[in-house]
Amino acid sequence: MSIRERLSGNEAAAIAMKQINPDVVAAFPITPSTEIPQYFSTFVSNGTVDTEFVAVESEHSAMSACIGAEAAGGRAMTATSANGLSLMWEMIYIASSLRLPIVMSLVNRAVSGPLNIHCDHSDAMGARDSGWIQLFSETNQEAYDNLIMAHQIAEHKDVLLPLMVCQDGFITSHSIENIELIEDDKVKEFVGKYNPEHYLLNHKEPIAVGPLDLQAYLFEHKKQQADAMVAAKKVILEVSEKFEKMTGRKYGFFEEYKLDDAEVAIVCMNSTAGTSKATCDKLRAEGIKAGVLKVRVFRPFPAEEIAKVLSKLKAIAVLDKADSLNAAGGALFEDVTSGMFVNNIHVPTINYVYGIGGRDTTVNDIEKVYRDLEEIVKTGDIKNPYRYLGVRGDN
Amino acid sequence: MKDLIEIRWHGRGGQGAKTASLLLADAAFNTGKYIQGFPEYGPERMGAPITAYNRIGNNPITVHSNIYEPDFVVVVDDTLLESVDVTAGLKEDGALVINTTKDKDYLLSKLKGYKGGVYKIDARSISEEALGRYFPNTPMLAAIVKVSEIMSDEDFLNDMIGSFKHKFAKKPEVIEGNMKALEMALKQVEKVQ
Repeated sequence: MSIRERLSGNEAAAIAMKQINPDVVAAFPITPSTEIPQYFSTFVSNGTVDTEFVAVESEHSAMSACIGAEAAGGRAMTATSANGLSLMWEMIYIASSLRLPIVMSLVNRAVSGPLNIHCDHSDAMGARDSGWIQLFSETNQEAYDNLIMAHQIAEHKDVLLPLMVCQDGFITSHSIENIELIEDDKVKEFVGKYNPEHYLLNHKEPIAVGPLDLQAYLFEHKKQQADAMVAAKKVILEVSEKFEKMTGRKYGFFEEYKLDDAEVAIVCMNSTAGTSKATCDKLRAEGIKAGVLKVRVFRPFPAEEIAKVLSKLKAIAVLDKADSLNAAGGALFEDVTSGMFVNNIHVPTINYVYGIGGRDTTVNDIEKVYRDLEEIVKTGDIKNPYRYLGVRGDN
Repeated sequence: MKDLIEIRWHGRGGQGAKTASLLLADAAFNTGKYIQGFPEYGPERMGAPITAYNRIGNNPITVHSNIYEPDFVVVVDDTLLESVDVTAGLKEDGALVINTTKDKDYLLSKLKGYKGGVYKIDARSISEEALGRYFPNTPMLAAIVKVSEIMSDEDFLNDMIGSFKHKFAKKPEVIEGNMKALEMALKQVEKVQ
């Protein structure tokens, strides 16, 4: 029997880490990190985990310590947010290029400035090209479930890439909500023991990690990273299927909500997907065929799969909680539309940048998006594909 | 109870409105409900106006936004009536609970013609009598449970004993006083309109 609980998203992530019981957690203990290391450090103090907790002096050191621990042959985890991730910048690329399956809980918050601590996805979007697998979570439940699945995905021999589990800062990280926890022994069995093939502390096989890698080799190593990201797709689905067998909770690359007969749909990630589902229900009661596609796996990006599902629609809005400031549209929008284009699918698609710096996104806001899509279906005229939702001084 | 109840809390930093919203979520959770309890984080300063929210439902709750049209509003500090539009969006078939000793005329004059239920409670005197100190959040928690009818008094009190034992594991001497504050508040909440 699963355990019915009520937890904030931060608590849920910390409980997942407790049940995973990694060898090392290295994290910066105060803001801009999250409450997650704080909760986890109490498990360490109480002896409920065996983890070596390294309270580092900066986020750069947090990632460096995780790299050291993982290269040595241990299982390492960390948690951060916003500018904390920014300070890890140099090291997150090193983690992925050294093929170290570190797992991070990333609570999505705005990268300053001006100074803002609230939710948007600018931190995660900055890391989208760093070679980390990125899973997004609508709820505390999904943040927990994704973390439980993380090591099985990241440590798979065909993958060996670091992985970050994202959830919305404050909106889910600080909201108490219902959750179903998995029993400790089941998590332990699911996550399994970490048996790296090559590691620094193996005295029978002396190796060097991270030496000079110039013109003769780096390109091939990058190709291997790219291949691993492709291979991760299959592994993610396999692990998700195994997870469904244990919990009954089904996960894929994305969730399709009422898309079967939908004519207009919203594509988005994290908590706004829930608000979009509620809006979708409201509009369906009025006879509007609305749907939602919630992206769970952003890296690797399931371009072809998403394009195929969207092909039946008459108009689509992609919601980005970070602007790429490229005068063209947000990162999710560009990935979705390029995926459609290369798969020869051409459905009118518009982009909304929304919720920046914690601006609340309500059912009314989402309803406006669906109404705009209805208008595009009626007139066939996209007008402006790159829009802002709920910003003052617009329209 | 309706299928979904939405509650907005107005308090001042340090009065425990956030904690009260989390305790209410806890109590409703323990009676089998789906819950959300979340504060609106801003610059956190003692005495600054703060807002917290609850959604309590019979079905899973997917909306993740603040609450703009609450069924109930709790005002933990009546000085906020001078500066915050506490009835903004409040449903006419809902109600407002205010921690105050002010009279009906004053209260109604601050509520912009709100036609729904208005309740008051003197959380200060209850808290000072039961706890010896001013912690308005415990009486206000009981008051909103009473007014919103989310659960019976008995279920609420039984559940809160457990919550307080957990919350005050390191200072069990305050549990009795907190329970007394809840019991007094359930009896003393008074309908103004």
